[in-house]
Amino acid sequence: MIGTGAAMLSDSAPVLQPLAPASGVFAYLWVLLALPLFGAAVLLLGGRRTNRWGPYLGCLTVITAAAYAIALLVSMMALPADERAIGQSLYSWVAVGSFQAEFALQLDQLSMVFVLLITIVGSLIHVYSLGYMEHDVDRRKFFGYLNLFIAAMLLLVLADNYLLLYVGWEGVGLASYLLIGFWQFKPSAAAAAKKAFVMNRIGDVGLSLAIMLIFVTFGTVAFDSVFAQAGQASETTLTWIGLLLLLAACGKSAQFPLQAWLLDAMEGPTPVSALIHAATMVTAGVYLIVRSGAIFDGTAVALTVVAIVGVITMFLGAIIGSAKDDIKKALAGSTMSQIGYMIIAAGLGPIGYVFAIFHLLTHGVFKANLFLGAGSVIHGMDGQQDMRRYGALRTAMVVTWLTFMCGYLAIIGIPPFSGFFSKDDIIHAAFEKNWIIGVCGVLAAGITGFYMTRMIIMTFFGKARWEDDVHPHESKPVMTIPLIILGIGSLFTGAALVYWGDIVGWLEPVTGLQEEPLAIPTIALEGITLTVVLIGVAIAIAKYRSTVPVEPPPGNLLTVAARNSLYDDAINDALVVQPTYALSRGFVTVDDRVIDGTVEGSASLVGGVSRRLRLVQTGFARSYALLMVAGAILVAVVLVVVRLS
Amino acid sequence: MNPESYVVLACVLFTLGAIGVLVRRNAIVVFMSIELMLNAANLAFVAFARMNGNLEGQVIAFFVMVVAAAEVVVGLAIIVTIYRSRRSASIDEPNLLKY
Repeated sequence: MIGTGAAMLSDSAPVLQPLAPASGVFAYLWVLLALPLFGAAVLLLGGRRTNRWGPYLGCLTVITAAAYAIALLVSMMALPADERAIGQSLYSWVAVGSFQAEFALQLDQLSMVFVLLITIVGSLIHVYSLGYMEHDVDRRKFFGYLNLFIAAMLLLVLADNYLLLYVGWEGVGLASYLLIGFWQFKPSAAAAAKKAFVMNRIGDVGLSLAIMLIFVTFGTVAFDSVFAQAGQASETTLTWIGLLLLLAACGKSAQFPLQAWLLDAMEGPTPVSALIHAATMVTAGVYLIVRSGAIFDGTAVALTVVAIVGVITMFLGAIIGSAKDDIKKALAGSTMSQIGYMIIAAGLGPIGYVFAIFHLLTHGVFKANLFLGAGSVIHGMDGQQDMRRYGALRTAMVVTWLTFMCGYLAIIGIPPFSGFFSKDDIIHAAFEKNWIIGVCGVLAAGITGFYMTRMIIMTFFGKARWEDDVHPHESKPVMTIPLIILGIGSLFTGAALVYWGDIVGWLEPVTGLQEEPLAIPTIALEGITLTVVLIGVAIAIAKYRSTVPVEPPPGNLLTVAARNSLYDDAINDALVVQPTYALSRGFVTVDDRVIDGTVEGSASLVGGVSRRLRLVQTGFARSYALLMVAGAILVAVVLVVVRLS
Repeated sequence: MNPESYVVLACVLFTLGAIGVLVRRNAIVVFMSIELMLNAANLAFVAFARMNGNLEGQVIAFFVMVVAAAEVVVGLAIIVTIYRSRRSASIDEPNLLKY
């Protein structure tokens, strides 16, 4: 492994870094959140008055935040390694008896890299959106939502306790819902937004239960106190917390079994897919697990489940990505698969935390690049998303093609580009822990090579299969310049983080690091992985080199299944939706028959009896007198009989 | 004279009164029958007071007389009012207050 090859075989647990008070450039940490929040407020509350200049304000706030984030990074690098965790308490947020939650921010090495990813990639995508959404009547609202998302995501990674993290977590969910359904006049987009929201809710229930369990166990929700006490809790408790956190991560990061929403989320505008559903929000689950590393360290069971979920999703995503003809859905499958890698790395424990974050960063850059490239293609093809209608676009869209190739080389992991470093590190770490996971990682890398090559060939090579009235054209500079920057980033982020940024040494104080000797030499493992990837590439070339039919061929059983997203909707429908419907119908029947029956039955009984009894009231005084006499005689007879007996 | 004879007389009077209430239609006659029943009860009270040798039955007889006098005032007023509006003292005709 190149990244850590020079380092000694060493184990280090995460040291609990004391939070230094925010001073100097860090004193304005809250501004980082306030900037995009201000932008969102102005754009969403300002109404039509801000239509003309609103989008530019939206870009400006995020770019300013990015510049400030870079200033923070420079200052943080100047600090000694064990003093890099900065805390800033803004005010006491919830104070009820023993339950205390501060509105407090925490900027450590882990938050820092996230802040950089969110603000820098976010800035590029904002600028790109200026071009992509140019003709949309609601683009002010679009930029308002994007700013809201950036603010919520920053809150998520800067929070210093679980409750505040939960606010950010819900905030990004809301922004995601609003942006998936941005074109809500399309029924499919409205349905996709609702689906994403509902499935995320399942994960959110997991997170809220985890937070409650954490509070019950540790008496606090602040990160530093919880992690300091994590060793004292029983393993069962830690396992439950870990599994609930995993459920939360599954919802947000579209991991098995809550993965079905991500493909539909592609109904949103492409910049949204790039920012939220590829680069940042969907990786929040990985952040949550790595951040809670101290909890997962105490529970081998939860870690194993995490790794298994990662392996399953990695293959699911890769298989789906190999068969989809919609370019965005193919990329979404790829995103699921790559996040699967990260979850696997997180599930390896301290061996893998660092590499999960490393892959998250490189993936954030190259997947944003790929999605924006796909957006540029879709833009040039008048909204056509079917790759079978593409072909030969490399001549028509040179810049898009070249930048897409950068992302391509990065994701399949050709040395010395980004994916090579980060993915091989994960595979290496997997072999250190468990060779089965390692082999799975290598196989999935091969499938990655296959589906990405397929996408490249179908889109940019071969014969043109355009529809008659489509005239593809290169996008404007406002879209291509972010693409070029991200393309360069895709190629070199990995190398830069390893050789210049020392990502492992940077994150080690937060995540800890553990290395174990490996039977086979690193270089051999890299060779094997690369060979498998190239085999995948070769299969794709062999299969798609000749003509690609416009109508999808029938395909074998696996292809058909993958085209249908492995029937995830059908399975969810059969396992959850229909039983829920049946249960509801049962409840309705019980309500109608038993409860309403009892109430209405007793009412009609009383009513019926009264209807008959009231006939006694004839209105004739003498009949009443007769009744009285009869009653008196009856009482007298009874008295006499009782007395006599 | 044997006090039990008064009790028997009271029973006969009471039965006559009850039958009168049940079979007569004229409100005045019904009213008189009720008076007969009340006085039968009075007679029984007094007879029992005599038989038991205390005064409680006689005191209650006075109470019954007072209540009967009050009842006559109200009852006759109602009967007169009904007669004025309907030109009839039949007790069966005012039967609107029913189911």
